[in-house]
This record gives sequence, C-alpha cells and structure tokens, in this order.
Amino acid sequence: MIIIITNTNLNTGTETSARADNRAFDELRNLKIEAGILERADGSAYLEIGGNKVLAAVYGPRELFVRRLMQPNRAVLRCKYNMAPFSVDDRKRPGPDRRSIEISKLTSEALSPAVFLEKFPRSTIDVYIEVIEAEGGTRCAGITAASVALADAGIPMRDMVVACAAGKSDGKVVLDLSEVEDKEGEADLPIAMMPRTSEITLLQMDGHLTDEEFEKALDLAIGGCKKISEEQKKAIKNRYGD
Amino acid sequence: MIFVEDKEIVIPGDILADEEYNSGRGTFKENNKVCSSLVGLVAIRDKKISVIPLQSKYIPKRGDVVIGEVTDIRFSMWNLDINSPYSGFLPASDVFGKEKRELNRTFDVGDVLFLRVVDVDEVKKVKLGLKGRGLGKFRGGILINITPTKVPRLIGKKGSMINMIKDETCCEVIVGQNGVVWVKGDPSMERVAEKVINMIEDQAHTSGLTDRVRDMLAKLLGKEPEKPEIVSEIEDSEIVSEIEESEIVSEIEESETVSETKESELEESEEPDDNEESKEDEMD
Amino acid sequence: MVINMVHIVPEIIKESVTNLIKNGERTDGRAFDEYRDISLETRVIEKAEGSARVKIGKTQIIIGAKPQIGTPFSDTPNVGVLMTNTELLPMAAPNFESGPPDENSVELSRVTDRCIREGKVIDLEKLCIVDGEKVWMVFLDLHVIDYDGNLMDAAVLGSLAALMTTKIPTARMEGDELIMDYDNMMSLPINEKSLMCTFAKIGGELLIDPSLEEEEIMGARLSVGMNQDGSICAMQKGGAQSLNREEILKAVSIAKVKTAELRTHLP
Repeated sequence: MIIIITNTNLNTGTETSARADNRAFDELRNLKIEAGILERADGSAYLEIGGNKVLAAVYGPRELFVRRLMQPNRAVLRCKYNMAPFSVDDRKRPGPDRRSIEISKLTSEALSPAVFLEKFPRSTIDVYIEVIEAEGGTRCAGITAASVALADAGIPMRDMVVACAAGKSDGKVVLDLSEVEDKEGEADLPIAMMPRTSEITLLQMDGHLTDEEFEKALDLAIGGCKKISEEQKKAIKNRYGD
Repeated sequence: MIFVEDKEIVIPGDILADEEYNSGRGTFKENNKVCSSLVGLVAIRDKKISVIPLQSKYIPKRGDVVIGEVTDIRFSMWNLDINSPYSGFLPASDVFGKEKRELNRTFDVGDVLFLRVVDVDEVKKVKLGLKGRGLGKFRGGILINITPTKVPRLIGKKGSMINMIKDETCCEVIVGQNGVVWVKGDPSMERVAEKVINMIEDQAHTSGLTDRVRDMLAKLLGKEPEKPEIVSEIEDSEIVSEIEESEIVSEIEESETVSETKESELEESEEPDDNEESKEDEMD
Repeated sequence: MVINMVHIVPEIIKESVTNLIKNGERTDGRAFDEYRDISLETRVIEKAEGSARVKIGKTQIIIGAKPQIGTPFSDTPNVGVLMTNTELLPMAAPNFESGPPDENSVELSRVTDRCIREGKVIDLEKLCIVDGEKVWMVFLDLHVIDYDGNLMDAAVLGSLAALMTTKIPTARMEGDELIMDYDNMMSLPINEKSLMCTFAKIGGELLIDPSLEEEEIMGARLSVGMNQDGSICAMQKGGAQSLNREEILKAVSIAKVKTAELRTHLP
C-alpha cells in the first residue's frame, strides 16, 4: 500500500496567525490515510491527523441477531466510537463513557445519509472506530476514517462523508484545532459533510461565536472537509493501485 | 458527456457522466448526473455506465448455484450459511419428498452442500434446493473463499481460466456464485489450486492475469511454461465486460458480478452440466 | 467482548487440515515448530509512556503501558503494581462483540500478567517510592485489533517490548512533596525477559503458533511461559480436550528453543 503524507495548505490566508504549531489560520495538520489495513474486517482504514491516530473497521452488511433492532426494509447502521486507555495523557478507564456514547450516536447520524441502507433489508452494517492516540478532533477523524472503511468494504454510498472542525483560538477563527487550541480556545465547531453536494450531516458547536465568526468558521470547516476528501479518495485508489 | 474512462477506478460519489448517459449497476442518478455508489471499475456500454465493485457481499438471487454450510437443523428444514448477509434454508421436503426421516442423518451441522437458490422473497428470505444435476453434499476436498464479484474472473471466458486450473492440477473444482470454491484432488494439488485461486482474487482487476496464472501453475508444478496462446490477449483486454440489458442479465440484476461475456453468464447458470463431469461420486 | 455465534467449522475443513497434519504438513506450509512472520515496533503511541505494535501472521495487538503514581496493595506495601487489561475489540473478528471483557479476554489478561509477574520481568520493589504510601502502578492495556490465531504469544511478546521501552520520570520525596523529575527519565527496572510459546494439539500432533484455522479445530492448547534460563514461569492449558504427560514435556522442551528465538525480536 502506498501511504499519503500531506501537509495540506489552503494557501488563501491573508491573515497571519501565530498558532502554537506555526500553522496558518486555514491550514490543516499533517494528514495520512491508508485503506484496507486489517485482515478480518470487511473494510478498514487508518488515519493520522496531527497527533491523532484512529482506526476504523466495518463489518457488513451482515446478519443482525438482535431482532428488536432489525428493520424490515433497510439495514441498520451501528457505530461504536471508543478511545483506548493509552490514547490520552491520563489513562482512560476502558469501556464506554458518556462522551463516547454521544459520539457514537452522532457518527451514525453523520454517516447514515450517505449509505444506501435500503439495499440491505434486515441486516446490519457495523462501524467500529478506535482512537489509539488523541490530539483534538477525534470525532471528525473517526468519521473521516469510517467513510474510507465503508467504501473499502464495498458498501454502496451516495458520497464519502468527511469531517473537520474549525473554531476560535486566541480570538481568531482557525481551521482544525489542535488539542491545545481546543482546550484553551473559545469555540469549537466540528462538522461532517457529503463533499459533492455540500450537505452537512454533523454539526456541533460549543463556546462563543458571533454570527459573523460562525459563518467564517463554517466556511473554513467546509473548505477543510473538501481538502480532506481528496486524501480519502487517494487512500482508496492507492489500495488498488498499479 | 462522460467524465471517466472505461476501467477507471472510481469511488462512491464520483460523478461519471451527465444526462446523456443511463445509470447501470453500481451507479445512481442525481440531478441528471450519473454517479458511482461504489469503489470499482467503470464499465461503459453504449450509453450505459456501470461500476463493477472491487469488494462486495453476495446477495442471493433466484437461479444462482451456491456452496453453503449447514449451521442449524430445525423441524423440517436445514439452515445454511451461504456466505451472505442472508442465510438460506433447505426444506426437508426437497430431499425426502413425502417420507419423514431424521434430518441430521442426511445432512448434519458442518456439512457442505452445493445448492441452487430456488427463491428469494421481498424480505430476503432465501429458499434453497437440491434438485438438479450435480447438486448435493461434498465429501473431502478443501474450501476457498473469494469475493463474489470475482467469480466470473475465476471462471474465465467460456470457462477458460477454471479449466486451465482443473487440467493442470487434475482437481475437481466447483465454483459457487456466492464466492465459495470447492477443490478436490491430491492434497498437494489442492494447495496449488488454492494458491492460484487466491492470486486470481488478489489480481482480478489487473491485466495480464491469464499469463501470470499460467506461469504460476507451471512454476508450482515444476513444469516449463507453455507458450501463451493469442487467445489470452483477447481475454485480458476484457477485464470488465459490457453488461447488457438482456433477459439473462436482468435475472442477475442485483448481484453486480463481473462477467467476462454474455456467454460465460450462460455457462454459470448452466453449471450443473459442467459439474456432471466433475461432480462427486456419491450424492445423497 | 462477547464472543457470539460460535463459527461452526465445516467438516470438510476439519478433515482436510487434520489429514494434512497427519501427513506432517500445515495448510500454510509451515513446519510444526515454525512461527509465522513476526513484526514488533515500539514507541508507536506517543501519549503512552511505553507502547508496542506486535504482529504474528495477521494477528495484531497494540499495547500501551501507562505508569501512574498510586497506593500499593495493603498486603504488599513495598512493591509497585502491575495491572493488565485486554480489549478483544469487535473490529478484530466478525464474532467479537462490544461489551465488558468476556472469559477469553479475562484469561488473556491474567495469563499475560502471570507470565510477566511470575517471571519477575519488572523489579516491582524498585517501583516503590514511599513504603505503604506511594508506588508506581503500571497499567498495561492490550488492544487486540486483528485476530488471526495465537493471541497469547503476541500479547506477551508485545507487552515485554512495551515495558522494556517505557520511560518514567525519576521520583523522589522531598519532605512531604513528591517530586517527579521529567528531566531525568528512566526506564522501568526490567530484570527478565519471559516470553510465551503456545502449542495446539491437532490430529495427535503439537503445532506451534496456531493459525486461525488451526485454533478453530484444535482439541487442546498449551501455552508455556519461560525465562531466559529455560525455567518455567507460567503455563496454561486451554481447550476442551486433553493432553498427556509426554506431550506436555515435549512442549516444554520445544518452548526452550522457541522462546529464545522470540526473544531476538525484542528491542
């Protein structure tokens, strides 16, 4: 497999900003995506962005044994987001916590609009996201990796959902918050979207933003998503490369 | 206007063509544009664009021949794993007629059978049958799993690829449309066949495969590779076949298989004939 | 990690694999005492003080070691603590489900822990800072991401590599305060390199490093944990069938050679 490493730079900034890692306000962290890295899973992907390391794996469509979840006319999409105990500075106790449960729900809602669930009645498509190292923006990294894993598994989709966050750090609206910027910043706006149509499938915000700042941040995030989307495509194409 | 080339690798969401073109398998139409829904190879035939998936699950359809494993025995039927999100059932009446017999003495959990898909209903309940030449229980041999979309590539144009493997290894080989392959012969030959089949699965989407398979067989069997026939050039240029609208093809509608030609599709649905030569000695 | 819907191995596969073995062969062409390809990388997770990624065949485990300051157990007030946890992630196999550790996960944790503890790999006494009050607690977390047979040997090998490359700040008391000196990092005090070697019994033969297929049909399994000098620190028999005395002794003698071989992979 060929690995893509890219220091993506939208290169439009007229604002200069002294971010902790010297990035421009509209610059993504280093990004690397590989598809098809696991043996047993139907589809899988590995993604690094900044200090984040995320694994995503897909099984499905497959038989659903929990009858009460079954839908007669479509597949169910079950997502589970989890952080490894060693992925953070202070060891995290294993097992789902409330944050992971919320993110799992949001991930499923972010990916579902893209998947042709109606093609597989009475079945389940299981998506597993495992954060093995965290550095701010893991939910976006997870969704982006999960899309690649779904495509790798041959699941039919309208588009490959991609996710990215923008926010406010040190009074300035910036793209792709690092851990430090997230912790000490003033706002965080993660989004997920289907890049072809720019339809947004995940949107959260916390902090403080004026409506102008919000619009700026939203546009930055959308731009970031489109750049990351290119890397998703490359990862898939390299899996089957010449 | 078309935005991609034949046999180009595309991904879900890629725009393939505009309203001049029709949407075939593996694609969908949005705002009058034909888009890909899968990771796969573009197949253009006249004004119809399809995408042949590189990875996919087997979705059962009526008429298919499949290899399945008995996983459960119920009152008056066997449940089988047919390498699909949907399991199948084989009614006891199919085997016994009106006589009542103990099901597990005929087929027990763990047995592997060659069956036909008799019917698939709207909720994807799959009814299987054993009536037909060559169908029944396998004894001995080994099983190999491949991606169902690569079955036509394994079979080859007019069975050329699979026959090459059968001839060189002197093994019986039966290929289920659900991606399960049964091989029986001398144990060392079985392993040779397995290696070759795994290679075909890995490289199904590339060209020059037939030559490489021939060379690999020769190498594994310790023989001199034969001069490749011209036929192989033609085979390799049709990695992805045209998927036509025809009665035969429409039966295969949902399963999105890569087929070399219309003829090999015919062959697939007539598998039992092939199997007569290669079928098992004892059938229940 | 509930292991659900036990996969029923087709009779044909059971027979063909067993027959091959009776003829002295394995499906992947390996010798009975041969390991699959092994790869071992360390320092793969920066946030973990020690980490490793181990692959045996396609089986893959990511291991993180995170030491923390804590209170010792009351019955052993002057030694550090080792806590081992395993997650058999649902992504690792189609029949693994989410949930709290099931019996397989717990067994893997406890056997790995036993091998390291009884082998005295870490000098736990050196991890004591203040008797009865402050000790280093090493949390060893095994994250199984791909299951292709023989988790035990991979778990122990990877854990050793992670522990051997773990760095902690030197810690000392100054009056009432605990000073953690990050300018003077030290390695965990490692005294021994105990490793595990696992056998599967199929068709009357003992095979090392069972593949997924072999594990699915094996009758019994024996894991032998061994120190550098060939002494035994841990053993675990698994599987529903039995082993006889000769088989067990034979396994022990093969394990001497094979654990020494495995040891060459360690950093």
